[in-house]
This record gives sequence, structure tokens and C-alpha cells, in this order.
Amino acid sequence: MPRDPLLTAGPGRHHPFLMLCIRRSLAGIAATCAVSLLVFVGTDLLPGDAADVILTRSASSGGGTPEQLAALRAELGLDVPWPQRYLGWIGGLLQGDLGSSLVSGRSVTDVIGSRLGNTLVLAGTATVLLVPVAVGLGLWSGIRQGRPGDRVVSGVAVAAQALPEFVAATLLIAVFALIAGLLPAVSLVPPGTSPLARPEILVLPVLSLLSVMAGQSIRMVRARTSEVVRADFVRVARLHGIPERRVVWRYVVPNALGPALQLLAGSISWLVGGIVVVEQVFAYPGISHELVQAIISRDVPVVQALAFAMAVCTLAIYTLADLLVVALVPKLRTGG
Amino acid sequence: MTGAIAEVVGVRVEAPGGALLDHVDLTVLPGEVLGVVGESGSGKTTLALALLGETPPGTRATAGRVTVAGTPMLHVTPAERRQHLGRIVAYVPQDPVLALNPAMRVGRQVAEVARAHHDRRDETIDTRAMRALRRAELPGDPSFLRRWPHQISGGQQQRVTLAQAVVNEPRLLVLDEPTTGLDVITQADLLAQLRRLRDEAGCGILYVTHDIAAVAGIADRLAVLYAGRVVEEGPTSTLLSQPRHPYTAALIDAVPDPRRARGSAGLPGVVPPVGARPSGCSFAPRCGLVERLCLDAPPPPAHVGTQHRVACLNSERTGSVVVSAPTVRRVSTPSPRTSPSPANTLLVVEDLHAVHRTRRRQVVAAAGISFSLDRDECVALLGASGSGKSTIARCIVGLHRPTAGTVRLGGTILGRSVRHRRRDQRRRIQLVPQNPADTLDPSRTVGEQVARPARILRRRSARQAVAEAVELLDQVRLPTAVAARRPGELSGGERQRVALARALAARPEVLVCDEITSALDVSVQAVVLDLLADLRTELGLAMVFISHDLGVVASVADRVAVLADGRVCETGPTREVLESPRTPVARQLVHAAPRLPYRDVADATSVS
Ligand SMILES: Nc1ncnc2c1ncn2[C@@H]1O[C@H](COP(=O)(O)OP(=O)(O)OP(=O)(O)O)[C@@H](O)[C@H]1O
Ligand code: SF4
Ligand SMILES: [Mg+2]
Repeated sequence: MPRDPLLTAGPGRHHPFLMLCIRRSLAGIAATCAVSLLVFVGTDLLPGDAADVILTRSASSGGGTPEQLAALRAELGLDVPWPQRYLGWIGGLLQGDLGSSLVSGRSVTDVIGSRLGNTLVLAGTATVLLVPVAVGLGLWSGIRQGRPGDRVVSGVAVAAQALPEFVAATLLIAVFALIAGLLPAVSLVPPGTSPLARPEILVLPVLSLLSVMAGQSIRMVRARTSEVVRADFVRVARLHGIPERRVVWRYVVPNALGPALQLLAGSISWLVGGIVVVEQVFAYPGISHELVQAIISRDVPVVQALAFAMAVCTLAIYTLADLLVVALVPKLRTGG
Repeated sequence: MTGAIAEVVGVRVEAPGGALLDHVDLTVLPGEVLGVVGESGSGKTTLALALLGETPPGTRATAGRVTVAGTPMLHVTPAERRQHLGRIVAYVPQDPVLALNPAMRVGRQVAEVARAHHDRRDETIDTRAMRALRRAELPGDPSFLRRWPHQISGGQQQRVTLAQAVVNEPRLLVLDEPTTGLDVITQADLLAQLRRLRDEAGCGILYVTHDIAAVAGIADRLAVLYAGRVVEEGPTSTLLSQPRHPYTAALIDAVPDPRRARGSAGLPGVVPPVGARPSGCSFAPRCGLVERLCLDAPPPPAHVGTQHRVACLNSERTGSVVVSAPTVRRVSTPSPRTSPSPANTLLVVEDLHAVHRTRRRQVVAAAGISFSLDRDECVALLGASGSGKSTIARCIVGLHRPTAGTVRLGGTILGRSVRHRRRDQRRRIQLVPQNPADTLDPSRTVGEQVARPARILRRRSARQAVAEAVELLDQVRLPTAVAARRPGELSGGERQRVALARALAARPEVLVCDEITSALDVSVQAVVLDLLADLRTELGLAMVFISHDLGVVASVADRVAVLADGRVCETGPTREVLESPRTPVARQLVHAAPRLPYRDVADATSVS
């Protein structure tokens, strides 16, 4: 297409940003639908079904007769073809009914409700701390690339990133709980109370998560920043005699921030996986215990609900980050 | 020299492998434009940056001094240097797209530079910015100031960088290739404006470029840079009419001229890279006058006239001998042709209509284009940027669906899109696209891509296709090693030649060339034009040639079709159209084209 200023001019277009928000949100919803299907099919394809597991567990001698199995399947509704079960599941989902556990018979909402809340508190706290730390340190060390400050931050970030969560968590417990005795080594939450009521139990789990994720996030933000620092427009700004502080705040930061946030979305969604390990180490009453149990006992409704919740969180984070990037980058915002 | 705005004395800029600049002496007087010309890799950018006290990363200035308005620029603290940058010496970068902050509005970008050298509360900042925008001939209305860099045209982007440079009224402006990538009319505007700016502001200008024709019309003096040294320096008229260094002479001769439809001379070889430069005269490997003495030590610059210096041991023989030197080959002149002959017609484009649709608008690119092309003829399409040239090219090869009209090849009507054309029809018409980066596959090696057309369109065996590919790469002067690389590892000019080799691999009868020379510097450009001329005489290749460079058009095309508003507004033999254009559009294009003003004198004195 020939370059024509009339075509690329932004003013006069109808709220391209609003249109974009709507488009991205619709895309998010479409992706959620697709994910629900994947989750359902994926969990449904687990080898063996709940009927197997229940019978194996109740009959002391291995397994039940084929007749018993068939009867139980019919009772649990497992004999219906899967598309029909999928639609039933979606229908329930839309009404807030996630079905009931195949093992305990309690409603899934009851089983995971408060635990999902606890996990979200942990993940939320970690995220709220991660973003400023990663963006701040990433920008800071990217701008002073190669200087001692950057060497220290990058070195620590690499080391932290290399450490598995459980090692980081164990080290933190050793230092703060066992040696210094400052913080509890396990994070017990009495049922019916919120972890926020006793913030001290959150400190070590959040620190463990941060220690691992911050490393990778800082390095990503730093990489993007040092790319911007080397860009022509930054070099030219310096050649115009623009003071270094202005160069950093008006030229480097605005251009590094958008892409940095997009990269961060990647690490935050990765937190969904890391949290399982950390919850186990600290005996934190989050979803991970339920999830592991449900997978072992083929408690499909519980697995499905948890998997779906995790997928939706991930999608939400990506969509939010996408929209933030568009808001921060003029070229995208104006639809150019 | 007294009264100089800028002085460069004995400057040497060194990288670990060798010197990028050595023994460079230059001065710029107030109100003067000094043009610095040289091929790619000769050290132009390094010199431009040295005037701002800057050296490329990993390099150091190890000798000499640079002063601007009496202020030393090298070996000063960064804080001191910052005070001078933008205030006494300002820089206009090569590529405005990359040089503007994508996250800052246009008006702000200019004001920001003013603010760098004034107190934050100074009310004159805005008036200064407005004056700079006016000087750069940009609209000063708020709606323009509030645009983002991606919302203005390429020419306007370049003007914004100019406004940034003049906002603090510097004593010296340093321009690095400011017109590459602009079409002729925008380029002519910019040059005219630079002249006005110089007169109005009285600043000195250092103008660095590989395009001698562009700088000839504006520079008072020229300096020719080769392998990091100034090999010749003098008043523009003297230098162009009586070049005394063989390199200058060859460089001038390699520039195609719109009024001289006799083809240009090739300038074989490239500038020796840093670290591999000969100990004697660095031009020796390419020089037709080389003798033993030249290889001992770099020849010292000597005065050969008022203000005319040259660094060559044989400078008195230059001008008479170099043109016929064995290494310089003259391109065969296209056979003059007056009108198309119906019996020989190969390609006919009839009443072609084409549009571009975007979400909201429809842009007419062609509104009834008709022209024909004979066997072994070359027709050039001329037109300002946005006049639809590329769209027409794409319609001919079937990559863009016309809304109406036909393309006929050897009497048969071709399908509107490539998918509706037979394999053989596809083979017979090939396109060399404007931006080869878009059409080369980044994941395949160059060799594979050049071999493909022969395998697919001509059913050659893989081995045979590869052998042909190697030969083609050699013909476009690419080293064989290039075959193993991927497009990302090539420079822009090299990619352009790969695209040409790939098109030729199909053995086409019609070659559609869309701005294939704009990324090439004169020496490679001359080689490519030379190759095309050979192919036309040997294989009878016919060409549709799109270029905004009238010099190139004059040296390859038999006929010219001038486009405006999606129509052909004038056609005729190249010479006729370029010498006496009849329509206003054609006149504007021809007059906007940069040319060597002293060429006629040069022709008169050299043997040809
Ligand atoms: N930082 C660097 N370190 C070492 N060598 C360099 C560096 N920058 C450039 N060079 C080399 O120095 C020579 C001059 O480079 P320069 O960029 O000044 O050339 P130029 O004349 O501006 O070329 P072009 O027309 O392609 O822009 C080239 O051979 C280049 O490869
Ligand atoms: S000094 Fe010798 S090699 Fe160098 S340009 Fe002159 S004649 Fe050629
Ligand atoms: Mg350069």
C-alpha cells in the first residue's frame, strides 16, 4: 500500500482504543470457551474413571465386577456420551453449579471455595509485589547496563531464577523460622478465617514465590530496556544534548514499559504452577492439596473446576496485559 | 583557517582492528555547505559523529582535534559536551523513522530539544519550537503538534528531525544521509529548504551522503572520503568538472544522469574493510593508474589549485586516462528506439483499474492504465510517491487483483491473479519487488530460494537448479558464500540482489523491476544496471522498470510512461520525455531530480 498520510492519520478515527478493548475482551471470552472444552476433554481422557477408583477403594480385593462398574457408571452419569456431559457441565458452570465431588459427594463449590480464595490471596499478594519489583529493578539495571549495579542485580536474578521453588522455600524457612524464629514455618489457616487476618503467615510463602519469579521477570524487563537504550532515538536524543534523566524518563521508560508488562504477564501466569509447590512446602491451605487429591482419586468434577479456574486466571492476566500494552503504546492505541 | 565554524585537524578514530578515520582535516565556514561523499563503509557516519565529539561504540579518537565555534568537542567531559550538543552543533540523523521517539507527540519532540538548553520555566521554549517548525515548513496547528510520529509522512518525519536540529539555532548542522528513502520531489523540497535555512540562520552545514548528485546542487565545497581518509577536497564546481583523484572521477562517472542516456560506467570492487586496508594508497586495488610507488605509503594530500587538495601520486593524469582504464567498463547503451512496433509487442496492459481497500477508505491506485512493451524493450514507469507504480507492477505479475482491465502476454489474456495463470505464464513474467525483505523467506537459505524458481517453474533437477543459482549469484556480484546464509544476515543492498537473482532464475521474458536500485550505492548500482543491459542484449529480456531515480531511468529505459492520478499522462522515448517534458507532472518530476550540474563540462574534458 502506498504511504499516504491520510490513511495513517489517527485523529478522526472513532475511538480505536475502545474498539480494541471490546475486540480483545471478546477474544478473551472466545478463548475461555475454547479452554473450557479443552479442560473438559483433557480431564475426561485421564486413564481410568472415578467408577474404577471408587470400586478399587471400597472393595478390599482389587476392583469390582463389570456389572458393578457399569451400574456405578450409570449412577454417576459417566455412561452418557461426552458432548452431552460437556454441555451439562457448561450449563452448570453458567449457573455457578460445579457439580459434586465423586468421592465425598459434597458440592465442588464447597470443596474448593474457601481454598481457592486462600490461593488467590497468596497469588494476588505475590503479583502486587512482583510487578513493581520486576519493573523497577529491570528498568534500573537495563539503563545502567554493564555497570556494577546492573552486574549485581543480574547476577542475583540469574541465581534466584536457577533455584527451584522448594529449595528457595526451605532456605527461607531455615533462615527466618528456624534460626531467627521470626516467622512461622508453616502457614496454617483455621477454617473459616482469611489468611489476611494473620499476615505473618503469608510472608514466607510470598517471599518464596517472589524469589523465584522475580529473577526471571527482572531479566526479561532488563533485556527489553537495554534494547530500547540502544535504539536510534535514544542515541539521537543524547546527541541533541537532552539531559540523561530526561532521556531515561521521557525516552527509555515509556518505550520499555509496554513490552515489559507483556513479558511480565507470562511470568505471572507461570505463578499459577509455582504456587502448587509453595503451598505444599508451607502446608498452606490452598487449592494444591485438593488438586493433587482429586487427580489421584479421579474426582473429575473437582479437577475440572480447578483446571478451569487456573486457565481463566491465566487468560485474564494475558488479556489485561494486552490491553495495558495497547494503552501505553501510542502506535497501537491509535490503531496505526 | 580563520573564521571557520568547524575545524577537524588530523583526526584518527581507531577500533581494535584498525582505523576508521585517519589524518582527516576539514573546515566548514559560516554559511557554507560542505558535502562529504563516499561509498558505503568509507567512514562518513564516523566523521559526522566525530563533529559531535562522538565515536562509534568500541572505538576511540586517538589523535587530532575537533572544534566547533571555538569549542573543543573531543576529549571533554560528558557534562561539558552535553552543553554543546544541540546548541552549537546539531545532528540530523539518517533514518527519521528510527530517530523519533515513538512514544512522544511531534510538537513535544521539538520542544524537548529546546528545553534541554533552556530553563524549564522559560516561556520562550514554545515560541522557539513553533519557529523551528515553521522553519522546517511544517504546519504549526495544534492538531499536527498532537500527532504521533507514526501518523505523519516520511517527508514530514524528516522535517521534524530538521526542526529538532535547528530549534536552538546551532552554529553547525551535521546531516547524515538525510534524503535516502525519500522520493525525488520530497528530496528536492528538502534540499531547497536546507538552502533557505542556511541563508536564514547563517549556520554552517556538513552534509554527508553517498549521493553525489543530491549534494552537488547544494554544497559549496566537496570532500571525498575513501577508506577513512579525505582523498580529495575542493570547490564543488572544480571537483566535479576536473576531478583529480581517480576515485572521484570514477564516482562521478558511476552516477547515471537523466540528460545523458548513454549508460553509466561501473565502479568495480568495494571499499576495503577496516583492518584489511593496504599499507599504501588504499584505492590502489581498484585504481587504473596504480604504480609501484603507490603501494609504499599513503600519498599525502597536496594542493593542486586554490582550495583544491588531492591525495594521489598521479593526480595530473586523472581525467584523461581513468575513463579508459582497463578496470572501468562502459555499459552498452540501450538501442535508441522511437515508437513501439506492433508486430514485436510482447506485453500489453489495457485500461487497468486497481484500488486498495482499507477498513474505512478506498484508494484508487490505477484508473485506466494502458501501455505496451516490445520484446527486448525497457519501459520505465515514472511518478511521485503514491502514484500507484508498485500496484501496477503487482497487477502485471498477478499479485494484486485489478478491478478492471487486462494484461496480455504474447496475445493471450492472463488470469487476474497468479492462481489463475498457468505455470509457464508465471515463469515468463517475474517481479523484483521494492522491498525484498517482505518476499524473501527468512528461514530458507539464499541458495535454496534462488534455486526454487528453476525447480518449480522450469522443472530442473535440484542439482541443476543449485548450479544455476550459484552462477546467478555470481552474476549479481554476490560471493558464493552468500548462498549458505539466510536473508537476515545480508545487508539491504545484498538482499536486493538476491531478489534479482531469484527472479532471473525463472528465465523470464518480462522482468518487472520495482525500485531495485534505491538501496544500492553507485558502484553496485552500476554493476546491476550493467548486468540488466547484458541480459537484454543476450536473452532479449523485456523490462518494466520502476524507479524514482531519473539518472537510472535514463540509462536503462527506451521509453518512459509518466503516471499521475492513476493514469498515464505522458509517454515517449526516454530522451524526449526527460529533455523536454510536455505535461506539468512530467516537468515537475524531471526538474525535481538531482543531477550533476557540471557534468557537461566533465564530458567535454574527458575522452568518451
Ligand atoms: N563500532 C565499530 N567498530 C569497528 N568498526 C566499525 C564500527 N563502526 C563502523 N565500523 C567500520 O568502519 C567503517 C566506516 O563505517 P561508517 O559507518 O563510518 O561508514 P559509512 O561511510 O557511513 O557507510 P554507509 O554509507 O554504509 O553508512 C566501515 O568499514 C565499518 O564496517
Ligand atoms: S596514489 Fe596511485 S593507487 Fe592511489 S589513487 Fe593515485 S594513482 Fe591510484
Ligand atoms: Mg553511514
